[in-house]
Amino acid sequence: MAVLRPFDKLPTLNSGILLLVGPDEALQQRLSETILQEKRDFNINVHLATSLPLPPERDHLRPRIDLIVFMIDIKSKYSLKKVECSLAHVDASFFLGKVCFLVTGVGRVNACSVEMNAVCKLGEAYCSPVLFCELELEDTRVATAQRLVRMLRICAGHIPGVSALSFVSLMRKSDDD
Amino acid sequence: MDETVAEYIRRTVLKIPRDEIKMMLQKWGFLSEAQLQTLNFHQIKDSISQEVVQLCEENSADIKQAAALDIIYNHIYQNKRMWSVYEMKKSGEEVEYFDITDFKKRFKRRLQSTLKNVTITFKEYEDNAIWIRVAWGTPYKKPNQYKPSYVVYHSQTPYVFISASVLKSNLPLLCQALIGATNYHDIREMELRSHCLNSLKDIVFKRYSQNFQTHTAKPLQGEDVEPENADKRIVQENRSEKERIHRLNQEVFGTGPQPKLEFAQYKLETSFKSDPKMDVLHKKEPFRCLVKFSSPHLLESLKSLAPAGMADAPLSPLLTCIPHKARNYFKIKEKKGLYPESFVSP
Repeated sequence: MAVLRPFDKLPTLNSGILLLVGPDEALQQRLSETILQEKRDFNINVHLATSLPLPPERDHLRPRIDLIVFMIDIKSKYSLKKVECSLAHVDASFFLGKVCFLVTGVGRVNACSVEMNAVCKLGEAYCSPVLFCELELEDTRVATAQRLVRMLRICAGHIPGVSALSFVSLMRKSDDD
Repeated sequence: MDETVAEYIRRTVLKIPRDEIKMMLQKWGFLSEAQLQTLNFHQIKDSISQEVVQLCEENSADIKQAAALDIIYNHIYQNKRMWSVYEMKKSGEEVEYFDITDFKKRFKRRLQSTLKNVTITFKEYEDNAIWIRVAWGTPYKKPNQYKPSYVVYHSQTPYVFISASVLKSNLPLLCQALIGATNYHDIREMELRSHCLNSLKDIVFKRYSQNFQTHTAKPLQGEDVEPENADKRIVQENRSEKERIHRLNQEVFGTGPQPKLEFAQYKLETSFKSDPKMDVLHKKEPFRCLVKFSSPHLLESLKSLAPAGMADAPLSPLLTCIPHKARNYFKIKEKKGLYPESFVSP
């Protein structure tokens, strides 16, 4: 069972489970700590992975994942490659609003080695929002954490009347059609 | 005292950071303690150096003493220079008794027989290192003291570390003098260069921590246990992968600090392999390409690549073989045969 599916497990009560996928572990750890410091009224658990598929041994212990965030470091082509390889291990139904791409390191303009075009195309191909942020600065890290917590709340179904599918409709560009 | 000597001493003192001048003059030992007491080390360096030259004038310093001061400066600031490693080869296996006086005599004689205008200075240090400073002239000009070459020779080993001056044409003379003074019959340049002399010694004397294949590397007990205050809400999914990378790194790099190199250079002499239909340079001529990795501490950065999530482990053997092969300049040629692959030339 190497593919992640969104609805094959029962949800945990009053919780939201976030999965961060990306090769930079230290950055993931810092982002998770900031996320967990956010004021909220439901439990959050963050799972960190360098790539997919997740190790099958722990599958029975793993809760249902509500939101997957793929972290791409704009300074590292290697992180883009790892993320692209991991995408194959996610079931298509996850891409109905429960996946988002987080591009980090955008503050360091001189060190960009991943093209914006490539990332935006990835977002379009997988119908998922692309967020840009700079996690090394505390302010933007906190702001990013707040956005992710809000998205997580919707994906976990805690907001009545709004589901993860709403994200997909927000992605449509105004000059389409 | 000769004007040129005075100027040279003045300029050498100016190079030294102000806080270290007293210590270096003491190491030099040419000025007496009483003379050193008269110096005011709290004024600007220009004035200090003028006063030092005055005192040297009183003691009638000549170029030999000035050169000795220069060796002391360069020994302490050895990492400012770029060092290359040379290996000498013996014809037989005879173990000969090394006599330092004999070595110095033969070196001087050999060098001065080809070029009269040279200044040669020796200094021995506790770690069995013999430092040689050579200032080069021409048959018609006196030696240029400002561009000397330095040689560091450990008499128990066949290795010589040379920091050549800009005048590269004198290198063959230097090599000949070294062979003449020792009992070796050949000398060749190893493809190993760095600013950090001690690291070069670590590499060729094999003093850095290497992996011993017989050691069964088990992760230490302490590493398996999670830190006490780890947040239980953050779950690491790829812990076994992390341990695998750590283990691989230990196997390849060992556990101790790495020798300090600043770059690795790979010169490609392979041909460009493209889609034959595209007709772009496909195998027509060698594709001239030079790949250079630079870093303040190259081997440590290579070691941290996989744990930092910037590269797959294991790293390419072209990178990890650097300390074992004792080289950081490589030429990669085509392997001629049925299955053309690149290989590293000796």
